[in-house]
Amino acid sequence: MLLKGKAHKFGDDINTDYIISGKYKFKTLDMDELARHVMEDLDPDFYHKIAPGDFIVAGRNFGCGSSREQAPLAIKHARISAVLAKSFARIFYRNAINTGLPVVECDTDQIDPGDELEVDLKAGLITNRTKATTLPIKPLPPVMIKILNDGGLVAHFRKHGGFRLEEEKE
Amino acid sequence: MGQTIAEKILSAHSGQEAYAHDIVVARVDFIMGQDGTSPLAIRSFEEMGGRRVFDPERVAFVIDHSAPSPSEGVSNLHQLMRRFAREQGIHLYDIGEGVCHQVVPESGRVGPGSLVIGADSHTCTYGALNALATGVGSTDLAAAMISGQMWFKVPETFRIVCRGTLPPGVYAKDLILYLIGQLTADGATYMAVEFAGEAIAQLSMEGRFTVANMAVEMGAKAGLMEADDKTLAWLARHTRRQFVPVRPDEDARYARVAEYDVSRLSPQVACPHRVDNVRPVEEVAGTPVQQAVIGTCTNGRLEDLRVAARILAGRRVHRDVRLVVAPASRQVYLEAMREGIIQALVESGAAVVTPGCGPCVGTHNGIPADGENVISTANRNFKGRMGNNKAFIYLASPATVAASALTGKITDPRHFLESR
Repeated sequence: MLLKGKAHKFGDDINTDYIISGKYKFKTLDMDELARHVMEDLDPDFYHKIAPGDFIVAGRNFGCGSSREQAPLAIKHARISAVLAKSFARIFYRNAINTGLPVVECDTDQIDPGDELEVDLKAGLITNRTKATTLPIKPLPPVMIKILNDGGLVAHFRKHGGFRLEEEKE
Repeated sequence: MGQTIAEKILSAHSGQEAYAHDIVVARVDFIMGQDGTSPLAIRSFEEMGGRRVFDPERVAFVIDHSAPSPSEGVSNLHQLMRRFAREQGIHLYDIGEGVCHQVVPESGRVGPGSLVIGADSHTCTYGALNALATGVGSTDLAAAMISGQMWFKVPETFRIVCRGTLPPGVYAKDLILYLIGQLTADGATYMAVEFAGEAIAQLSMEGRFTVANMAVEMGAKAGLMEADDKTLAWLARHTRRQFVPVRPDEDARYARVAEYDVSRLSPQVACPHRVDNVRPVEEVAGTPVQQAVIGTCTNGRLEDLRVAARILAGRRVHRDVRLVVAPASRQVYLEAMREGIIQALVESGAAVVTPGCGPCVGTHNGIPADGENVISTANRNFKGRMGNNKAFIYLASPATVAASALTGKITDPRHFLESR
């Protein structure tokens, strides 16, 4: 899967309250509505700056804080195609994979705001069209690739009726 | 090869010798969801084709984040939870019963050796009971409700040894804020923390819950403690269930070991807008505050209210400060009433609200105005956390919050404790 879009940059320790504020997430299961408020406390206009396919690019510990799955869902419904960060907080990371939002660990210092990126998850490579450079991606754990390939944990359970995570022998 | 507490608990629940970095599918002993996460879990449960939860005795829902409901949207989500709980025969703690991380331990369902997941990041609180407890999202919760299982990456363990004795006026909250300040918000990401040392052993169970509760604020998957006589006595007051304490092996492998001497610690304050932006109270004393909050899963327990009442009794909250108090549970509320604590707090000018999370998560019960400073006993001070991104949140112990409520500015509580 080749993802293409523009980089929107954020700093370190972007917590889930910043991604989607508690004052919205308790009220509704309508993720398109929540998406309108994504990153609002950091940038009130952020939702309107996103073109479908764009990337959130951040520093260390992206998604720290609460366990709200509304965080990756709001990002996904805002039509962000993937989050690129130096590292992720663990609950957010699981939630992103479970809900089918690609999360990519890489050296985001090499990316500037507005850079045009192509992310090739399969090849494990980011191409920065603006800078004419490439960046390697830290590979996902095999368990997570399995869940992502099934289309998220809901689809994995629908397909297998439970956890079926052991590695397939060729 | 020796094992840490986390490795032992995950081994016992997965039927394989598990060590750090292994991936295991383990059976879980208890599953909890709250009203911010359960509605999505119910939706995932249905989308996954779930019909019945694997064991209704091992699943509970808690309505605490917006309790009682402040809006029709929330009311409809609560209704969805109540219907699902009734259909499935699972226990639902409704409004007024308390904060999930207080009512679950009080229920006696969780103890040494338990493996628990909760759709709330502060599920790590139960580590104080020697349980491996960790936060997950809604879809993981749904998967566990159907299968009784969860996949885990066995975490590395970071052993934090706290030496010495906390000085008077310095509490469990100060200790954990200090550690987070030292280790930073991602200092223990993905690791299980084992809190050890005499300073931890000297804490009451309530203090231990406070410490374990905030392990996630340094990125940890769990914050574990060994079970001792205090743990077993606490459990005996809440359940007849028997648990077998889990101790780390002498030759267990740790990713990191750090030692801190807490004997000279001052009261600590986490300043806006980061939990790891921690300073001794002396450096921030005098900062004006317009609201003070005592409660939450971190510091809404009986001992916390008792300390606050000790400072506030017979005095008046400053006229420019609103003091909001939310006992952590109905049980705590009732005990505080019996002890006269609630009377003392209300007489001092406190507004006591329903046990729940509202003031901490910005759903209701005290959203600050633009430009206001709040001092709170909660665990997060992110911009916007309390519902207004133009407010500033300081985190401190119940004693520091109570003292600050009296003076209208951040205040070292030792001034008030020494005079009594």
